[in-house]
Amino acid sequence: MTTSTTVPVRRPRPAPAGTGRLLGAGAPDLRTHLARHGAVPAAGPRLIAEIERSGLTGRGGAAFPAYRKLAAVAAGRRAVVIGNAAEGEPASAKDRTLLTHAPHLVLDGLALAAAAVGARRAYLYLPAALVGPLRAALAERRAARVDPVPVDLVEAPDTFVAGEESAVIARIEGRPALPRDKRVRPTESGAFGAPTLVQNVETLAHLALIARHGADWFRRVGTAAQPGTFLATVSGAVARPGVYEAAYGTPVAGVLDLAGGADQALRAVLVGGYHGAWLAGGQLGAGMDRDALRPLGASPGAGVLVALPWSACGLVETSAILDYLAGQSAGQCGPCLHGLPRLAAEFGLLARRDRHVERLAQRITALAPFLQGRGACHHPDGTVRLAGSALAAFADDVSAHLAGHCVAVGRPVAGRAVVAGWSR
Amino acid sequence: MKLHVDWTACDGRGLCTELLPELLARDPWGYPVARDGTAEPAVAPHLRAHARRAVAQCPLLALRLVAR
Repeated sequence: MTTSTTVPVRRPRPAPAGTGRLLGAGAPDLRTHLARHGAVPAAGPRLIAEIERSGLTGRGGAAFPAYRKLAAVAAGRRAVVIGNAAEGEPASAKDRTLLTHAPHLVLDGLALAAAAVGARRAYLYLPAALVGPLRAALAERRAARVDPVPVDLVEAPDTFVAGEESAVIARIEGRPALPRDKRVRPTESGAFGAPTLVQNVETLAHLALIARHGADWFRRVGTAAQPGTFLATVSGAVARPGVYEAAYGTPVAGVLDLAGGADQALRAVLVGGYHGAWLAGGQLGAGMDRDALRPLGASPGAGVLVALPWSACGLVETSAILDYLAGQSAGQCGPCLHGLPRLAAEFGLLARRDRHVERLAQRITALAPFLQGRGACHHPDGTVRLAGSALAAFADDVSAHLAGHCVAVGRPVAGRAVVAGWSR
Repeated sequence: MKLHVDWTACDGRGLCTELLPELLARDPWGYPVARDGTAEPAVAPHLRAHARRAVAQCPLLALRLVAR
């Protein structure tokens, strides 16, 4: 292939069709990116209304409407914009995959968000391994003069809570990446006291495409309430674990099919990550969107799916995840510091089929009120949700374990998690 | 008016649970837990003076009355 020396493509490029929107450029360099997507349009503040029409929701897990944060930050002065690629969730790989394959789509989104809210400073908060590649991407952009605002790279520690909004802001300010007590919203007073927009990098990439192709194009796939596509990280008992792009509303089983489908009979699927919920094998026809998953006590979160085969024990897997989550408490808030290890320990007794403790399942459930809503962040809440969903999805296993048996087929090494260990 | 605990500051000293037992109990580790099960319990008008005293007495300044 011959490459011309004149760079930017000024002509609008055709909008991506179907659901392959984010990862389709073919190569991560600026020239390929511009050839595929076209130049960054000069949108400015009017982009906020287009984002509102698009129905874009945050892809970091909470699914908050993107335009509301944009509008709130735009109302202030001297705004700061932060692209958040801290992916502390062990079962998620979509943010680093996106930054590896399409860094310029994320950086376009960061520049467009900065222009939309009148920000003078922009940051990209990302894992250490990606700092080098992104520094190179930023150098390409400086040479081509595509960014109106300089972008600083800030390294995110590899901890579960490092991507929580207030922890992100703390790290940008030069302090440890720990969640803080919320007195005022970051959109009013965040990093250095300035109105601050913290947006997941996948959200920014979608924003960059909406700026080019419009809200109507964005809404062509997905559901009315949750339009567009999302990046799913599929792991566990599937043929080809990896990151795939799917429309919201695609059945859970359909997203597993993108990864080659289940490679053995499935017992359950963990939806939404370590703070998510287990769906039983019979519930996999449910759509991967908030409205379809809500009645099942689940949510798409950041698009994580972990397929659990019949050869693994859901209680053992959950116990391994709870141990991990207890260890990831920042240690700041008493209920989390003391309560998560207790929850993990009680659940561990159940996973190991300890029959000497009376009413084990009830003891686990009884811990919930001492954890929910009692921390600077939602780490205790998410951990309780996972434990509760496991007790519901694996109710038969609970009975079996309390009687000293296990229903997992083929009985893996007793007490050893298999699926939870695959994801990292 | 509601009672807000800054969990990053609270060390479970327990003064608030002594001064405001109508609203706060102690969890298994000594930290305050709202009797109504909410994250920020509402303070009824007749308890406001007691709540203000609990806020003032917290040795770690972890307790606040908030409007929302």
